[in-house]
Amino acid sequence: MKKYSVFSLIKNAFNGHKNWDVAWRDPEPKKEYDAVIIGGGGHGLATAYYLAKNYGIKNVAILEKGWIGGGNIGRNTTILRSNYLHDANNLFYDHGMQMWKDLSQELNYNVMYSPRGILNLAHSDAQMNAYSRRGNSMRLNGIDASLIGREEVKKMIPFADFTENARFPIFGGLLQPIGGTARHDAVAWGYARAADDLGVDIIQHCEVNGFDIDDGKVSGVQTSRGNIKTKKVGLCVAGSTSILAEKLNMTLPIEAHVLQACVSEPVKPMLDGVVTFGAGHFYCSQSDKGEMVMGGDLDGYNSYAQRGNLPTIQHVLTEGVALFPNLSRLKVLRTWGGIMDMSMDGSPIIDRTHIDGVYLNCGWCYGGFKATPVSGLTFAHTIATNEPHKLSLPFKLDRFHTGHLLDEKGLGTKTWIS
Amino acid sequence: MKKALEQKLGLVDMLEIKCPYCGDRSQNEFSYGGDATVKRPELNSEVNDLEWDSFVYYRDNPRGKHLELWHHISGCRQWFKVHRNTATHEIIQTLEMQEDL
Repeated sequence: MKKYSVFSLIKNAFNGHKNWDVAWRDPEPKKEYDAVIIGGGGHGLATAYYLAKNYGIKNVAILEKGWIGGGNIGRNTTILRSNYLHDANNLFYDHGMQMWKDLSQELNYNVMYSPRGILNLAHSDAQMNAYSRRGNSMRLNGIDASLIGREEVKKMIPFADFTENARFPIFGGLLQPIGGTARHDAVAWGYARAADDLGVDIIQHCEVNGFDIDDGKVSGVQTSRGNIKTKKVGLCVAGSTSILAEKLNMTLPIEAHVLQACVSEPVKPMLDGVVTFGAGHFYCSQSDKGEMVMGGDLDGYNSYAQRGNLPTIQHVLTEGVALFPNLSRLKVLRTWGGIMDMSMDGSPIIDRTHIDGVYLNCGWCYGGFKATPVSGLTFAHTIATNEPHKLSLPFKLDRFHTGHLLDEKGLGTKTWIS
Repeated sequence: MKKALEQKLGLVDMLEIKCPYCGDRSQNEFSYGGDATVKRPELNSEVNDLEWDSFVYYRDNPRGKHLELWHHISGCRQWFKVHRNTATHEIIQTLEMQEDL
C-alpha cells in the first residue's frame, strides 16, 4: 500500500490525480480461509483489520452481500460518545473513544475525527439530578464529563429557545468534551484499505446462504459465489442478524427496527458539537458541508425496509424546532433509514455461539457507529482466542439467561420504545 | 388499486392501518405492541428458565410476514392484530384479537 501523505498528494496533483492506486483489491474468493467475517460494514471491516494486525490471522475474507459501507456505517449520524451510566458500557465505549483519537494515523486514512463535545440537555431539576449521577459514573470510570448550567449552555448554543415561552425550558446539561463526530464512510473505507493491505480479501456482492456444520463445528459457508471452507466465522451483520441466525437454528433476543435520520439544506456554521434534546428524542450536529444532521426515534414497528415513514420525521423535527426555533426556516434535504438490531436490554452482544467456530457480533441498537473500533478489537480477540475480551465480557449472550442485563435506560423489552 | 400498489412499492408517506372496528386510519392514531405470536407460559404450570427467557426476550424477528399487535390508542382504544410485511411495510390483513390467521 502506498501511504497517503502530503507528498503523495502533491505528486499526484501533477498528473491530474489519474494514477492513484485502488484503495483495495477486488479478489475472487479462495477455496479456504482461516477466518471468514460476514458483513462488510464498519464492524466487520474493523474486525478483519484487528484479526490481521493484532492476532496475525491474515488469511481472512470479508463477505459482503452488497457493497462495503452500504449499511448502517453509511447511514448513521456519525456521533461519537461514551456518556453512559453503567460501568461496563462506560469502560467499553471509552476504550473506543481512546482508539478514535489515533485512528486516522493508524489507518493512514483521514476519518475526520472531530471531538467538539456532546451536550445532553436537561429540562427539569430531576433530569439535572439524573445527569449529575450519570456524569459522576463517567468520572468514576475516568471519563471527563461536566454538568453545566443554563448560562453556560446559552453561551454554547445561543440560538436554542431560552425565551419564557420555551415549551421545555433548558435547565443545563451534561457535557462530554471528547464527544463529537467522525466521517462515517471514511471509517469504512479506511478500515477496508488497511485490512486489504494486511492481506484480507474483501469480497463484495457475495451473499451467505448457509453454513456447513459437522458435529457442532463449523467447516465452511455456502455463498452466492461458491462454497468457502473455514473453521472460524464471525457474524457482523447488524440489521440482518436474525436472518443469518435462523440458518444456524438460533433465535436471538433481537428485533429489527427502522431508524431514520435526515439532513437540512446546508447553512453557515451555527452548531459546533453535538446537542441532544432532553425532553424527547432528538439529536443534532452540523456536518462539514453545513447540513444540520438530525435524528431521533425509531419508527416503532418491526422493519427490514431501510426506509421509514413521514410521521416519525415530523415528530423528530417538531422536537428539533422546540429546541432550535430557527430550524423551522430550513428545508429538509433528504431522509433515509437503516435497520437497527434492537436487543432486549439495549446493549450489544459479542460472544461465541453454541456452534464451535461461529461468533456473534450484533444487537448494537442505534449505538454501533461510535463502537466501530472497539467492537472490531474485542470481536477479533473473541474470534482469535475463542475467549471473550475483558471489555466485552459483560456483553455475552447468556446474560439474558443469568439476568445480568445491561439495561442502560431501564426500558425493558419493548425495544421499539427506546 | 392504485393505493394498494403504492403501498406495496413503499411510495406512501405513512402507513394506513385498517382498524377492525373503525376502518382505515392513519398510522398516527396507533401505537405498536410487538410480536403477536409470543405466548406467555401457562399460568400455574411448571415453567423452566429457558421457557421464561424465550417468552420475555427471544423473538423470531422475521424478514417478511409478521403477525403483530397494534393499539388504536387515539381512536377506539382497542387492541388488534396486524399481518404485515416487515420488508415492504405492506399490510396484508388486520384481525380482531380473538381471530387467528
